[in-house]
Amino acid sequence: MALIKYIEHNGTEHEVHVENGLSVMQGAVDNMVDGIVAECGGACSCATCHCYVDEAWFDKVGAAKEVEQDMIECAAESKPTSRLSCQIKVTDELDGLVVHLPESQY
Amino acid sequence: MTKQNCIIVGAGHAAAQLVTSLRQQGWEGAISVMGDEYFLPYHRPPLSKDYLSGRKSIDDILIRPPAVYEKARVRFGLGLRVEAINRTDKTVLLDDGESISYQKLVLTTGSHVRKLPVPGTDLPGVFYLRAIRDVEQIKGFIGHGKKAVIIGGGYIGLETAAVLKQLGMHVTVLEAMDRVLQRVTTEEISAFYTRVHMEEGIEIVTNAAVSSIEGGKNVQKAVCGDDQEFAADLIIIGIGISPATELAEAAGLDIDDGILVNEFARTSDPDILAAGDCTKHYNPIYDRHVRLESVQNAVDQATIAAGTICGKPKPYNALPWFWSDQFDIKLQIAGLSTGFDQVVVRGDMANGRSFAAFYLQEGRILAVDAINKPKEFMMGKQLITAKVEVDQAKLTDEAVPMKELLS
Ligand SMILES: Cc1cc2nc3c(=O)[nH]c(=O)nc-3n(C[C@H](O)[C@H](O)[C@H](O)COP(=O)(O)OP(=O)(O)OC[C@H]3O[C@@H](n4cnc5c(N)ncnc54)[C@H](O)[C@@H]3O)c2cc1C
Ligand code: FES
Repeated sequence: MALIKYIEHNGTEHEVHVENGLSVMQGAVDNMVDGIVAECGGACSCATCHCYVDEAWFDKVGAAKEVEQDMIECAAESKPTSRLSCQIKVTDELDGLVVHLPESQY
Repeated sequence: MTKQNCIIVGAGHAAAQLVTSLRQQGWEGAISVMGDEYFLPYHRPPLSKDYLSGRKSIDDILIRPPAVYEKARVRFGLGLRVEAINRTDKTVLLDDGESISYQKLVLTTGSHVRKLPVPGTDLPGVFYLRAIRDVEQIKGFIGHGKKAVIIGGGYIGLETAAVLKQLGMHVTVLEAMDRVLQRVTTEEISAFYTRVHMEEGIEIVTNAAVSSIEGGKNVQKAVCGDDQEFAADLIIIGIGISPATELAEAAGLDIDDGILVNEFARTSDPDILAAGDCTKHYNPIYDRHVRLESVQNAVDQATIAAGTICGKPKPYNALPWFWSDQFDIKLQIAGLSTGFDQVVVRGDMANGRSFAAFYLQEGRILAVDAINKPKEFMMGKQLITAKVEVDQAKLTDEAVPMKELLS
């Protein structure tokens, strides 16, 4: 279980407990966090679950794998800390994780 | 005044999005969802992918867990069918005889599978593939070394073929037209998928119109005309869908191959909205009415419908997109290619499994089919919406990064 803080583009914060094994995307969807759309349901096909991992957490979360990296590189408003949240698995180590959400997922 | 009630008919993808969007956009009245399946809304795409293969369970494919709906104060009536809409009284009639009144009604009834009009489709071992209950029955007929025949070479048929092959079955795809995917894509992409499926050991037979299905206790074969027979322990029919418009039609709403809605998801009755597969909507990007069968459309249109209901109307102008996973191939499609006058290919289409086909009209990109090419898909979406004339020499040159095309 990890406590994850999602910060929307307009500053609204959501702190939610997410179970191990779920993705950071699912944690957002399960708690009605606006700003994560996740159309493909985690199939790494849509990039509508784009997030920016907080600088302090980026190393711990790790970098994206190939397909995800390609998607991110060409996503609108991509940054060096960008990840697709459906590809980040929640573990105890991520307790306290902070992710920032982009203004739009399109 | 009594509290407002919003009734949603059909507990599918659009409904799951609609209920949370309604709360997010400020709807304070009651929300009831009536669905004739026995499950909370789930992702249908895995039905022909990871759920069929057994890699995902029902819990994994639920769109949202039950707690979300509880928190959003959404009441589900599962296993209940809405039989009729009475627009004068503003009520819906359920199949258990109850009648409930609404202030706002949203139809998210999805689609029906098209039935194959030949004898034998009711034999044990013959299935359509639309819902969890179909897959649960299909699973009983899957077996290593057994024979599967897929009738219809559309995306769902081909995905199913791929999974069954990976589960060790002998798989034959029968396509009535002269190429697979004819209804949904170009000759080039059809040729690519035919090659891949053959490389994987699947038999694809085109111009094969099934005239009957035969068997005894179980299905035994599919028959095409006088001379062709295909032995089968399992037959799955995937020959397309038609929008579920019967309720709307009986209620006198405007229909034209889908419930007609405007860009705000409104039907011809201002208190009745519709979203998802069952609709044909006015799309400003293409300046015409289109009917789409995709998760993207269900999600985006449901969001629009929620805004309209909450008095914050925003027009629908999302770019259509779709994906399909078969073997090691991730296909991502953006845009609609109708009306293209040129195909530009980036990558090697004849060999290998990674390329993108761009469909152009007067030099501008209308649509892209990206096969194991996520960058081309992502940039393609931006190039389509930007409507710029593209530099074709750069587009075909893989040494030029996609990003450079949008500058
Ligand atoms: C096997 C398969 C694979 C797919 N793969 C992809 C893919 O890879 N990518 C993609 O984008 N899309 C895919 N799709 C399409 C996608 O799943 C649909 O476009 C999407 O589910 C549409 O959502 P919807 O809410 O409009 O309808 P649905 O999700 O179909 O929900 C409609 C619901 O309404 C119920 N209903 C209908 N009438 C009534 C009534 N009168 N009373 C009560 N309930 C009623 C139905 O039983 C159903 O449960 C796939 C579909 C299938 C079947
Ligand atoms: S949910 Fe679609 S890529 Fe993450």
